[in-house]
Amino acid sequence: MEEGKRAVGRLCSICSQRRPALKRPKTLEQICRECFYAVFEEEIHRVIMENHLFKAGERIAVAASGGKDSTVLAYVLSELNRRHDYGLDLFLLSVDEGITGYRDDSLETVKRNEIQYGLPLKVVSYKDLYGWTMDEIVKVIGLKNNCTFCGVFRRQALDRGAALLKVDKLVTGHNADDMAETVLLNILRGDIARLSRCTFIMTGEDGPIPRCKPFKYTYEKEIYAYFKKLDYFSTECIYSPNAYRGFAREFIKDLERIRPQAILDIIRSGEDFRISSSTRMPDQGTCERCGYISSQKLCKACVLLEGLNRGLPKLGISRTREAINGSERLHKTGRLPKAEAERPILQSKPCGNLEF
Amino acid sequence: MSCSGSGGGTCQSLCRRTKDDEVQPPPPSVSPKDGRDEPGSKVDQSLCSKCGEEKPAWNSLCLACFRSSLFGKFKLAVTSNAMISPSDKVLVAFSGGSASRVALQFIHELRCKSLKNWDASKSQGLPVFAVGVAFVDESAVGLNPSIGMSNIIEEINSVVSELAPAKKELHVTSMEGLFCKNFDDGRSCLNELLDSITDATGKEDFTQYLRMLSLQKIALDNNYTKLLLGSCASKMARLIISATVKGQGFSLPANLQYVDSRWEVPVVLPLRDCLAQELAMLCHLDGLKTTQLFNSPVGINGLVSSFVARLQEENPSRERTIVRTGEKLKAFSFNKFTQDGYYDFLPSIIRPKFQNVNHEESKPEFLCPICGSPLSDSEWKHLKGTKGMYQTSIEMFASQCCQSCRFQILPKDTSSL
Ligand SMILES: [Zn+2]
Ligand SMILES: [Zn+2]
Ligand SMILES: [Zn+2]
Ligand SMILES: [Zn+2]
Ligand SMILES: [Zn+2]
Repeated sequence: MEEGKRAVGRLCSICSQRRPALKRPKTLEQICRECFYAVFEEEIHRVIMENHLFKAGERIAVAASGGKDSTVLAYVLSELNRRHDYGLDLFLLSVDEGITGYRDDSLETVKRNEIQYGLPLKVVSYKDLYGWTMDEIVKVIGLKNNCTFCGVFRRQALDRGAALLKVDKLVTGHNADDMAETVLLNILRGDIARLSRCTFIMTGEDGPIPRCKPFKYTYEKEIYAYFKKLDYFSTECIYSPNAYRGFAREFIKDLERIRPQAILDIIRSGEDFRISSSTRMPDQGTCERCGYISSQKLCKACVLLEGLNRGLPKLGISRTREAINGSERLHKTGRLPKAEAERPILQSKPCGNLEF
Repeated sequence: MSCSGSGGGTCQSLCRRTKDDEVQPPPPSVSPKDGRDEPGSKVDQSLCSKCGEEKPAWNSLCLACFRSSLFGKFKLAVTSNAMISPSDKVLVAFSGGSASRVALQFIHELRCKSLKNWDASKSQGLPVFAVGVAFVDESAVGLNPSIGMSNIIEEINSVVSELAPAKKELHVTSMEGLFCKNFDDGRSCLNELLDSITDATGKEDFTQYLRMLSLQKIALDNNYTKLLLGSCASKMARLIISATVKGQGFSLPANLQYVDSRWEVPVVLPLRDCLAQELAMLCHLDGLKTTQLFNSPVGINGLVSSFVARLQEENPSRERTIVRTGEKLKAFSFNKFTQDGYYDFLPSIIRPKFQNVNHEESKPEFLCPICGSPLSDSEWKHLKGTKGMYQTSIEMFASQCCQSCRFQILPKDTSSL
C-alpha cells in the first residue's frame, strides 16, 4: 500500500501518467512536460479572456526583442490565436537603433521567429522614427550623454513604430517577475504615480496605442522552461537570464526561493494599493508635436530631437541624472562602456537585455 | 526639581531649544544658513552645522543639536497627532533595544517639561500625564535561554528607577500569561500553538501579535489609556516592504500611522520619523544602556530586513523614501482619534491643524481576527462567497482571516485544529 502510494507520487499530478519534469512555482505541483505546456498556454488564454485584452479583427504588434520572453509570447499568441480563433492580425515589431554590430544577433533571432511561427516581421529603425541612428547621435554628442537619448528614444520607439504601422494594440513580454520588480522599485524610489499604474495589465487605453501584458501573472521561470520547447537552434541563449541582476531582482529571486507565491503577492499588493487622494499626481498631457504622453508641451524625445536638428545636441540633457536614476535602462554593451561604471543599484533590466 | 535623568545634562539644552525643535534640522549636506557668515569668515567644517559652536558628534551635528533634532521629531509627532492628553496614562513598551530606550527617555523628558510648566502656571491647567513601563518576557518563545531573564529584568528595573523624579511603575509579564493562570500550562499552550504554525515567517508574525496582546493586557489591567511603541522609520520601511511581499498592499497603511486606535488601548508611534541608526547613535552618545533581546528576523522578514539594510547602506535616505511612499497610501478611519471632546485638551493653536487631517475613510472596516488587518475588497468578497459553506466554527474563523494569515499562519488542513 505504502509502496503504491509512493509510485503514484512520482507521476505527474495532472495526468498521472508521465514522470513529472518540473514543479510549478505557483501551485507547487509536480507535473510532466506535456501537461506543463498545456497548462501554461491555457493560463495565458484565461488571462487574455478574463481581461478582454483583444477584440476580433484587431491588428496586434508583438514587441519582439529576440529575448526569451518575447519569443515565447510571439509563439504562444500565434498558437492561441489559431486554436481559439481570436481573429487577430498578429505580427512582430522590432526596433533597430542603428548601432553597428549591436543589434545583429537579436534581429537574427527575431527573423528566425518570423519563419518559425509564420508571423510577419516589421523592423522600424531609429532612422525611420527620428531621422537619426544611434551611431549618428553618438558621433554628435559623444559617448558620455548618449544614455539620455537611449532611454528617451527607446521608451517611445515602440509606440512610434506601432503608430507607423497603424497597429491597434502593442503586446509586450513583461512577466510576473518584471511586474513584481517594478512595484518594488517604485516603492523604493517613492514614485507614487508609477506605483499606482504599474500593475495594470493594459495601459494607455485612452491613448493612440494601448499596451498590454499577457504574461503579467506568468513566472519568468516558467517562461524559460517553456522556451526550451522552442529552442531548436542554440543551446545557450545569448541573453542569459543571469547576465544582469539589480538589487531588487536578486531580492525577488531570493523571495521566490523561500516562498514562490511572493511574486504574485507583490503584484496583488500593487493592485490593492490605494493612493491617498491628497497626493498630487502629475498631469498627463500629450506632446504637441508627436502626440506621445508628456507632462510638458513637448515630450523629451522631441526636445532632444530639436537639439540634434538645430545643432544644439546638449539641449534637454541637463536631466541626465534623472534618466539614469529613473526607470530607464542603461547600456550594457561593449560599445558604450561609460554607463557601466555608473550603473545604479535600483534599475530594472538593462537595455542590453532589450525586453521592452 | 531637576529633570536630568540618565540622559545627563543634555536635557537642559533641550529646554533651551524648544523653539528650534519645531523646525526640521537642515540636511547635513546643506551648508549652515546662520547669519554669522560675514564676508571673509569661512564656515568652519570642524564645528556643528547647526549651532556652529560645538564639535560635531554625528552627521555634522554636535551632540546637543543632534539630540534636539531627534527630540524635535518626537515632540512634533506627539503634538501634531494629539497623541497624549494631560489626563492620559501612558504605557511605554520597553524591549531593551535602543528605539524603545529613546522613547522612554523622551517621554520622560516631555513629562518633566510638562510638570515644570504646570508648576509654573500654579495648577491652572490640567494635570500632567502619567507614565509606566511594560516589558514582555518572551523567554518561552526562543529567547536565548543562556541569558538570565531575572538579570535582564533587574537591569530594566534599574533603568526605569533611574528616571527620576516620579517613580514609574514597571510591569513585567510573560507571553504565556495570555493563556493560562498556571505558568507551566501557559507555556505548553503557547508552544503548542506556535508549533502548529509551520511557516517560519508566519510564526514570527504571530509572535508579534501575541506580544501586542500581552502589552494590551498590561495596559488594560492597569488602566493605561495609551500604549507607546518605539517603532522607528527603519522599522516602518521594513514593514512596508514585507507587507507588500506578503500581499497586504491594501491593509499596509494601517500599521504605518502615528495613531492606531484599533486596539482597546490606542497605540501611538512618536518615533516613527527617526532612523534606527540615529536612535542607536543617541543611546551610544548619551550612554543609555541597551540590550538586544530579539533574535534577528527570519524567513521573508529576514530577507526584507537585509535587503533594506543593503539599500540603506547604498543610499542613506532610502529608508525615508520608502516611508514617504507608504505615507501616500490611504490610511484608515482608526488611524486617528475621533472621540468628541478630545480636541478640547489640545492647545488652541494646534486644534485646527489637527482637525484638518483628511477624513477620507468613512465606511467601517472588517478586520482580520488574527492580525487585525482591514480586509480588502477581494478578501471581503471571499468572506461573503464562503458564507454558510463552512461546516465547523474553525472554518468559519478561517474564512474571516486575511489572505496573508490564511496562507502563513493557519494550518493548511483546518481539521487539525
Ligand atoms: Zn502530465
Ligand atoms: Zn543607454
Ligand atoms: Zn513629442
Ligand atoms: Zn550644535
Ligand atoms: Zn490577517
